[in-house]
Amino acid sequence: MMLRPEGYVDGIHDLGGMQGFGPVIREQNEPVFHAEWEGAVFAMMRAARARKIFNSDEMRHAIERMDPAEYLASSYYERWLAALTRLLAEKGVVTEAETGARPANRARRRAPAAGESQAVVLDRYSTAQSSFRSSNAAPAFAVGQTVVTSNERKPGHTRLPRYARGKRGVIAAQRGTHVFPDASAHGLGDAPQPLYSVRFEAAELWGTGDVDTAAPVYLDLWESYLATVAGPGGDRG
Amino acid sequence: MGKFHPNVDKYVVSRVRALESILLDRGILPADAVDRIVQMYESDTGPQYGARAVAKAWTNPTFKRRLLTNSTAALSELGLEYDQLIVVENTDAVHNLVVCTLCSCYPWPVLGFPPNWYKSPAYRARAVSEPRALLKELGLEVPSEREIRVWDSSSEMRYMVLPQKPDGVDGFTEERLLPLITRDSLIGVATPLPAGGA
Repeated sequence: MMLRPEGYVDGIHDLGGMQGFGPVIREQNEPVFHAEWEGAVFAMMRAARARKIFNSDEMRHAIERMDPAEYLASSYYERWLAALTRLLAEKGVVTEAETGARPANRARRRAPAAGESQAVVLDRYSTAQSSFRSSNAAPAFAVGQTVVTSNERKPGHTRLPRYARGKRGVIAAQRGTHVFPDASAHGLGDAPQPLYSVRFEAAELWGTGDVDTAAPVYLDLWESYLATVAGPGGDRG
Repeated sequence: MGKFHPNVDKYVVSRVRALESILLDRGILPADAVDRIVQMYESDTGPQYGARAVAKAWTNPTFKRRLLTNSTAALSELGLEYDQLIVVENTDAVHNLVVCTLCSCYPWPVLGFPPNWYKSPAYRARAVSEPRALLKELGLEVPSEREIRVWDSSSEMRYMVLPQKPDGVDGFTEERLLPLITRDSLIGVATPLPAGGA
């Protein structure tokens, strides 16, 4: 795997279980976009995705590589803008220097042509990409089986959150075979694997003390994150 | 965090405009894309498919079973093609709550745009480790003996809650039930509105 020095697994995006963020504030009558530029960022992201300049896993990984302080200080669409700019530069489509040098004039737009808009077709295409892949391989784990998650620390993108590394859980459901984000985010293809819903008890994740033991967490995890448990608690002995 | 108001920093705005004109010039962004896509999503009707599915499940046990076991087939009956949804049912024993701790995964086709609070660090950090306290702050008291299952969405599968039917709605048609089914009740941070309260 190509090592990306900035691509740490334990990034600021991996927020589950952290403390100190204060209350969750719900905005009343929230608009879809809070400013015109947010809509522009959204549309550019859709167009770039539809044209396969990058995939959704690369996009998530680009957000994860933001400077931690900047990540927390940024709004959702500021994070999208940072990821979009970075990926367009990394893919050789638009350099950072070009974006900076461009006079900040209002982008030229035209009225849509008659008939179905190319924009709408693009948008539909960008959202029609399923992660399901067909597979003949039987899943390695059965529902009800106890598993332990990987505790390997490695650079790059992953969907195994820090709070669930090296933890025991029980397979709650099989979810079919899916594109493996850890590969897909790094240009290594789909590398599909079986996906499972795994139930973790709160005490296993958060330990003792001020823990609500009647609040288990269910995570969707790929097969290579999981291993069988030997001995007590394991059901394969 | 949980910023409501967008950055109006001229630097951000000018970067966006610069990028937009480059992508237009290169033919990556169709000329009408920004206006059309913004227009399309601003008229986004929110959780219409999600609410419709719940109203139908409350009045039709066969549909409810299908929604919980094969949501793709159930949604297809409502005219929506979507193969990534898992529907989880609230009961007297279990309350379900949906979050995405690593980013902001959300079932857009059934719930519309995710609200800002769902994408906020505070929600993403706290929903997994202290869901009961968080829900109480948000005005939803879940009895201590009721299990709270937190679904931390991991990019491929997306989750929607099937809330419990409010009291006093027996005999209601789907159309009468629809306005009771809020987006927040489908995420698990609220219960549906009471009958007559909509």
